[in-house]
Amino acid sequence: MSILVNKDSIVIVQGITGQEGSFHTSQMIEYGTNIAGGVTPGKGGMMHLGKPVFNTVSEAIKATGANVSIIFVPPPLAVDAILEAADAGIGTIVCITEGIPVKDMIPVKEYLSCRGVRMIGPNCPGIITPPDTKIGIMPGFIHKPGSIGIVSRSGTLSYEAVDQITKVGLGQTTMIGVGGDPIPGTTIVDAVKLFMEDPDTLGIIMIGEIGGNMETDAGYWIKEHGTKPVVSFIAGATAPKGRTMGHAGAIVGGKSDTAEAKKEILRQCGVMVVDSPADLGVAMVEALKK
Amino acid sequence: MNLHEYQSKSILKKFGVAVPEGGLAHTEFEAVKAAEYLQGITGTDKFVIKAQIHAGGRGKGGGVKIAKSIKEVSNLATQILGMNLVTPQTSKEGKLVRKVIVEQNIFYPGPSKPAEIYMSVLLNREKGHNIIMYSPRGGMDIETVAEETPELIFTEEIDPKIGLQHFQARKVAFNLGLKDDAYKNMVKFVFGIYKAYEGSDATLIEINPVFKTSDNKILAADAKMVIDNNALFRHPDIALMRDLDEEDPMEVEATRHDLNYVKLNGNVGCMVNGAGLAMATMDIIKLSGGDPANFLDVGGSASAKRVEEGFRIIMKDPAVKAILVNIFGGIVRCDRVAQGIVDAYKNIGEINIPIIVRLQGTNAIEGKKLIDKSGLKVHSAITLKEAADLVTEVLK
Repeated sequence: MSILVNKDSIVIVQGITGQEGSFHTSQMIEYGTNIAGGVTPGKGGMMHLGKPVFNTVSEAIKATGANVSIIFVPPPLAVDAILEAADAGIGTIVCITEGIPVKDMIPVKEYLSCRGVRMIGPNCPGIITPPDTKIGIMPGFIHKPGSIGIVSRSGTLSYEAVDQITKVGLGQTTMIGVGGDPIPGTTIVDAVKLFMEDPDTLGIIMIGEIGGNMETDAGYWIKEHGTKPVVSFIAGATAPKGRTMGHAGAIVGGKSDTAEAKKEILRQCGVMVVDSPADLGVAMVEALKK
Repeated sequence: MNLHEYQSKSILKKFGVAVPEGGLAHTEFEAVKAAEYLQGITGTDKFVIKAQIHAGGRGKGGGVKIAKSIKEVSNLATQILGMNLVTPQTSKEGKLVRKVIVEQNIFYPGPSKPAEIYMSVLLNREKGHNIIMYSPRGGMDIETVAEETPELIFTEEIDPKIGLQHFQARKVAFNLGLKDDAYKNMVKFVFGIYKAYEGSDATLIEINPVFKTSDNKILAADAKMVIDNNALFRHPDIALMRDLDEEDPMEVEATRHDLNYVKLNGNVGCMVNGAGLAMATMDIIKLSGGDPANFLDVGGSASAKRVEEGFRIIMKDPAVKAILVNIFGGIVRCDRVAQGIVDAYKNIGEINIPIIVRLQGTNAIEGKKLIDKSGLKVHSAITLKEAADLVTEVLK
């Protein structure tokens, strides 16, 4: 089992003919993801990487039965791509694009929630359920099927966690990168809830960072409803206040969104918090013994 | 991107927000000219001189002064321009003041009592929409107000489906206890700053204080604006307001090479691919007994060119005693990154501080072998734990 995506996911790539889109589509095909085709307005009818290209998402759905879309469209056009996918009836949208203005995301989030569409990202590495499907830009080979659900705001830091979990012999049900933007389509608590409901997930790794309240929201939910061990690392204990640390959302505004404050609250909520990201794997092994 | 007070006020004015009359000056001469002009149009005999730097608490450091005559404007401008202004928000060295604004005095006598109000517009990340936050206790640090009198902080949530409504602006004005003209002007003010927020892709507008004058005008006496970097492509006029003098020269240099770099005050430099892993690496340096000298994200691909530029930037910081390179090679192979590091090292020539290179992911072992065989004085590691231990060791 897994969350959100599995072997039945039929995927289209919006922006398939672009440089990033092409590269990662071929990587996904190599991994074994069921890529049914792509969408680039004006290039409908051609074949790219052996897959059909459509002008619109609705055409692509009609022809392929796609239920997931992954977006590699530059920031000024990405919002339009998201809305097109939602309007056409895609149930799960993965938006890789980094650099979408916050103002544009506000109505999008509202629209998607009204229509019951799930979006992962933007500014995220995507989602992977090994060995069935990889819908993202993460290195597929580090993932091994197993029993741990991983949710992360950061790309490379999630690879670190995956690698450790694989090396301690546990493997992953699903790894979901929720992204580093201030307004993510899927939040950490959304992912944690899904993992708690997934019978094959035995433990959860939650990787957060400074800025916002997503991690503590998840902590409070876990305190009330959690049924599985959760191990967490919060990056940015040494980050200065008021500076954006790479991710648009990684900025300390007040006392409540520092790494220290988040760790303290998570500990109070029964989450096993590690101070060093090097300890994620061993901590999970420990947590499962309890 | 942070804006200066005078820049923020110019944007606010465009959106119909009332601000005090004033002018910008880079020299004592310009300050006097601005004061004379102000006297001509407003008849004011007192002037406020405010240092323009990117930091709050300017008044506490002596960067905001009142002049009672043109002569005093000249003296105070001379004093403030060129000073190193130290405020609670700057480093101990302070920030060089290169420009000031000269404004009309708004504390003039009149029929009613003047008042200072706090107001900001910002994103509520949890709910994914904007809010207006305001308090009748303006002119002081809002965090202090939140601690002392949380009941005097109000918020108005803006529903993205309908935007700011008139009843909400009225509620703000009523909650602030305003009447008659002050009330009407406040309603207009609220709409103005919200329009400015949306229209300029701001992520924060903070007006502290909003000033109610004795003749019931509502003015933005101070203004702080932060603009969403990701939206600057559609605001070329605002993009031009970037003030490189306010940024660390090394950070400016890094931006030129497309590197995401933030200067810190520690002794161990780091170079990482990915923002989250970069923050995590800084944390590891701290746990290993060092202090991070910087945040540096070379991007997911960690190309040889970027690695070389990254080294050059970190090495310019004399406080750096060691460098930790932490690359998780996913789609980019570690042996390629390793080759990039070896080449960069050779290109730069003399590197006299220890470098620890941790490569993990695709072809990590090949990468380590390449580094070990290169004959360079580089310590190599594969796991994070090994890298952390090496940091502790080289700092001994």
